[in-house]
Amino acid sequence: MRKILLKSALYAILVIGAGITLTPILWMLSASFMKMGEANTFPPHFLPHHLTLEHYIALFTRLSLARYVFNSLLLAAIVTLVSLLLNSMAGYAFAKLRFPGRNRIFKTLLAAMVIPAQVTMLPLFLMLNKMGLINTYMGVIIPGMASIFGIFLIRQYALSIPDSLLDAARIDGASDLRVYVSVILPLCKPILITLAIFTFMGTWNDFLWPLIVMTDDSMYTLPVALANLSGEHVQDTELMMAGSVVTILPVMLLFLSLQKYYISGILAGGVKE
Amino acid sequence: MKGNKEQMAKARFKIVSRREEGTASSLLASWFFLGPALLVIVVFFFLPVLAAFLMSFTDFDIYSLGNFQYARLIGLRNYTQIFHDPLFWKALQNTFYFVVVGGPLSIAVSLCAAMLIHSKLVKYKGVFRVVYFAPVVTTLVAVAVVWRFVYHPRFGLLNYAFGLLGISPVDWLGDPFWAMPAIIVLAVWKNFGYTMIIFLAGLQNISESLYEAARIDGASAWQQFKHVTLPMLAPTTLFISVITMIGYFQLFAEPYVMTQGGPLNRTLSIVLLMYQQGFRWWNMGYSAALAFVLFLVILAASLVQFRIQKGEAA
Repeated sequence: MRKILLKSALYAILVIGAGITLTPILWMLSASFMKMGEANTFPPHFLPHHLTLEHYIALFTRLSLARYVFNSLLLAAIVTLVSLLLNSMAGYAFAKLRFPGRNRIFKTLLAAMVIPAQVTMLPLFLMLNKMGLINTYMGVIIPGMASIFGIFLIRQYALSIPDSLLDAARIDGASDLRVYVSVILPLCKPILITLAIFTFMGTWNDFLWPLIVMTDDSMYTLPVALANLSGEHVQDTELMMAGSVVTILPVMLLFLSLQKYYISGILAGGVKE
Repeated sequence: MKGNKEQMAKARFKIVSRREEGTASSLLASWFFLGPALLVIVVFFFLPVLAAFLMSFTDFDIYSLGNFQYARLIGLRNYTQIFHDPLFWKALQNTFYFVVVGGPLSIAVSLCAAMLIHSKLVKYKGVFRVVYFAPVVTTLVAVAVVWRFVYHPRFGLLNYAFGLLGISPVDWLGDPFWAMPAIIVLAVWKNFGYTMIIFLAGLQNISESLYEAARIDGASAWQQFKHVTLPMLAPTTLFISVITMIGYFQLFAEPYVMTQGGPLNRTLSIVLLMYQQGFRWWNMGYSAALAFVLFLVILAASLVQFRIQKGEAA
């Protein structure tokens, strides 16, 4: 009897918690389909009385949201691909190649992870400005091309690959490049997928740096465009909700389809060796 | 036995260090693989850190933007100015408020969620896990926009829910007292799922036999939590507190989107102040100094946290 009571209490708390967690997301979705002004009523409507797509249509016609979706997609995709290549190469070097100073360089990189990115932003801005890269895609791509965290993640994973496998390949005459391409990369696939999701989402969701680098309206990423729109359209609740849905939906779907990899990534970064 | 282990470790170390020396051909290969990433990190991370440090001792401003030679060395003046700037103290105070209240609150919520889901009585763990995790993968700017409407004084869901309980409406983001708590609630909602996953893994690593032994000794549920769960989770908790704290010190997008630092500068954070000084007023020397103060604050706070938790463990 006591067990049943306890069990119902646990479920009650979990369900209420889930309700609270989902409410803002569900309300955003629902309000995005409401007619103009319907979200600003009291008592609030939880479901639209008349479904409408007018806000999505307005976003993609009048407010050129397609452009921002394109910018965000392009930047996230390029940063992900380039950083995956560079980080996996460096991770392989740190895990499996021997060279003088290897441990010292690796430790220096790890120690540098405590420096917050904001410290670099002012000189980085000036540098890119001198190079004429402010307000270009390169301005966002360049600082994202490699990351210490990414190198760390891949190195830890590659360490678990037995040396005997690599030695076998080398005895067969494989070069280091060959070993990287046909042994390391295939075996590191799970961590590469994990890192790809992390990087893609991180770039997609990033706000401060694109806000600084992209000064021209046509170069905005979705979060920057959304923050900008929300300043101008404070009253257009339904429109802003539709904009938020478009911003959140792609990463949400990505997460739901590759959940397993994402969660194992959190644990790989979180649990010490 | 112990001596044997030490010897093995030493021998292993020797092998590792001999391996590190390598040969000439593998040196070339190593730099081929390491070079590109290291070049990017050195040029676009380490160099800017160094430059920011130098910049923080100059009066770099909008005139220097066109010609760097206009910037002059002014010693520690930016730093002394920071300590005389009431806005900085306000921002520091607000940021600490956010970290000291928001951090432990997120950790507590995520631990509760993890323990509920971990409970043997609960099924559908996967479903609850995904639901609680969902806010983590959302875009911060987008959910800040959404929550701004949740907090709307007249039409917001929060005041509606409170109205049902008979509590009169509050202008959450417009009230100097409530604005920061409102931002904290958003941050907890957005972040607890991430640390919940780490706690869940930590809980799974605690051996069931420990709980059995505690039960045989007659320990209550609370005593089991206090004397088994918490100590066993200590390393996980330390890791989580440090990453949560570091992240929370960098508060920016929430006040940028929801309050612009207002009302009465009650939600102005250090990073927001840094952004305004550097990229709105182009006081880049001053802003660089602010960035370094933030870095030192984070560093000091992390060290304190390691020290405290180590002290507790001993």
